[in-house]
Amino acid sequence: MALKKFVVGCFEDEKVLFPAVEKVRKAGYKFHDIYTPFPVHGLDKAMGLRDTSIHTAGFLFGMIGTTTAVTFMTWVFTKDWPVNIGGKPNFALPAWIPITFEMTVLFAAVGMVLTFCYICQLSPFLKRHHFHPRATDDLFVMVIECSEKANEEDLKSFLVSVGAQEVNTQIAEEGWWIGKYDEEQELYKESNIA
Amino acid sequence: MSLTKYESQLREPLVNGNKTYGQVTHDIVHTIEAKPTRLWYIGFYVSVALLMFGAYSVYREVVYGIGQWNVNRTIGWGWDITNFVWWVGIGHAGTLISAILLLFRQGWRTGVNRAAEAMTIFAVMCAGQFPIFHMGRVWMAFFTLPYPNTRGPLWPNFNSPLLWDVFAISTYFTVSLLFWYSGLLPDFATIRDRAKTKLRKRLYGLASFGWSGSTKHWQRHESLSLVLAGLSTPLVLSVHTIVSFDFATSVVPGWHTTIFPPYFVAGAIFSGFAMVQTLMLILRKVMGLQDYITLGHIEAMNKVIVLTGSIVGCAYLTELFMAWYSQVPFEQDIFFKYRIAGPYGWSYWLMMTCNVISPQLFWSRKLRRNVLFTFIMSIIVNIGMWFERFVIIVSSLYRDYLPSSWSIYYRPTIWEIGFYVGTFGLFFTCFFLFAKYFPVIAIAEIKYVLKGNGESFKNEMAELESKNVDEFIQEMHQDHHEEGTVKVAHH
Repeated sequence: MALKKFVVGCFEDEKVLFPAVEKVRKAGYKFHDIYTPFPVHGLDKAMGLRDTSIHTAGFLFGMIGTTTAVTFMTWVFTKDWPVNIGGKPNFALPAWIPITFEMTVLFAAVGMVLTFCYICQLSPFLKRHHFHPRATDDLFVMVIECSEKANEEDLKSFLVSVGAQEVNTQIAEEGWWIGKYDEEQELYKESNIA
Repeated sequence: MSLTKYESQLREPLVNGNKTYGQVTHDIVHTIEAKPTRLWYIGFYVSVALLMFGAYSVYREVVYGIGQWNVNRTIGWGWDITNFVWWVGIGHAGTLISAILLLFRQGWRTGVNRAAEAMTIFAVMCAGQFPIFHMGRVWMAFFTLPYPNTRGPLWPNFNSPLLWDVFAISTYFTVSLLFWYSGLLPDFATIRDRAKTKLRKRLYGLASFGWSGSTKHWQRHESLSLVLAGLSTPLVLSVHTIVSFDFATSVVPGWHTTIFPPYFVAGAIFSGFAMVQTLMLILRKVMGLQDYITLGHIEAMNKVIVLTGSIVGCAYLTELFMAWYSQVPFEQDIFFKYRIAGPYGWSYWLMMTCNVISPQLFWSRKLRRNVLFTFIMSIIVNIGMWFERFVIIVSSLYRDYLPSSWSIYYRPTIWEIGFYVGTFGLFFTCFFLFAKYFPVIAIAEIKYVLKGNGESFKNEMAELESKNVDEFIQEMHQDHHEEGTVKVAHH
């Protein structure tokens, strides 16, 4: 992983942000990301992100839960240790509905949250470069990576022209690392800046 | 202006005061950054003291056995299971607010969902203590888990409602915790990024899992919340349904009825909302959150209380009707001789007054919006709901089929009461810590509804509307037209 150069533009209002997003796309720049303090509906579409399919993971985990519960109880009560409970059938499917349901929900919820943390790379002890401390407070922070096509100075003046209140350049590690927030962020030592 | 969504002026704003995003953050986070107040210390130490007394009561029960309690044959469940059902019921309002109201797109949930969910988690923690310690030999509690063991392996009975409870309560606790914590991540990140001290930055950095606010992460986060809400909704209904199965699948008059699941779920939401009211009214006062937990929020919750209270009332009357209509002598004896009359008749009428008659006062809008009245009512309802469980358990058990098995008048011992008091200690200790160190209102969610439902937006709209109807319609139309290419925020 390498350090990269980013141009950061901060917006104070969604009303300015949305037209800006459109203009950035039209100009052919590629977003690194936009950091917002709350979920701004429609921003993902505006940026051209595809829909998430995390709910599919939830469904699959749920199915695993259902299957686990039913097969396990069936195995226990019909094969491993059949108990005669008042002469009732050993394969008592209706009586297993509550546990099957609970296991479905449990597997789906736990599995989905773990999937979410994994695909978003969220975990304690895991740090990221934060482009602006107010991105979790009241600013919408648009980050564009500098490249051959996207020159730093051009980008800066472009972002000002679309309405960014604050523009700056940052050299940062784009991935995550393990460390502390309160010490100066020590990034990877490699220095092949784009 | 870009119109994101038009909402009728008849709906009051969800956030009062013309707040900006920065102000919202400050209002909610500044109490975490300041030293706790004197009142907080007093409350916290009182809670810890109660918790210690509870711990001692439980210690006596574990060391000397169930004999420390006055439960007897036939009243084997007594206070212990009454408290269990009561605490589980309390938890239900939190999930209802966070999950069911999310699915129903009720914007007002955002002001109260965080604290209500915290309440759920703490209430379920309290509830779980009772059946565990009721086992007597608590060190064998893990026998309820289906793990491969050296006793055969001997598995638990999956056909037993008591085992369903084990699964239901533990799943409920886990899922509520995940739902709550995933919502907390962005707010912890907000505190982390504002932190002025090293320790705070490090701890909240740890708790926030490195949350950055990336658009893609938000997209997944929203999807996750929605699915978790979809899972929690049937889950919360199933939990109290299963708790009611503990009673309904037995062959005890007064318990053996099919009305129990809906009746218990309604009762759970009823008592849970009362507890939410108690906590919210204190919280908004102590922490100055009147702009976020508005009278509108209180009124909305009071409406839920009057609805669920009436459902519970219908259930009580249905039970009486069925006892008469079924012509089963045992059923009739339980209801007409031992429940509404007899030595425990007072508890039945206390329950009826608190749960059925008093909430009807909430049909008055003036009373629904009265803070003091709501506070008193919330406590009355919780007393009533505790007695509901007491009535169900004790009055069905104290006269068994054989007169020789009729039990003497049941009074709890000090250690039985101490256990209950101790769970209050546990609950409030947790809640005080939560109120100090956690964002008690979902910051990100409030910011999300701020533009569409805040007071400033409403004022803007009122102005627009008052100008000219045709102009207003045209402007609305234009706005939507402009947004044709970039679809803005369809809340």
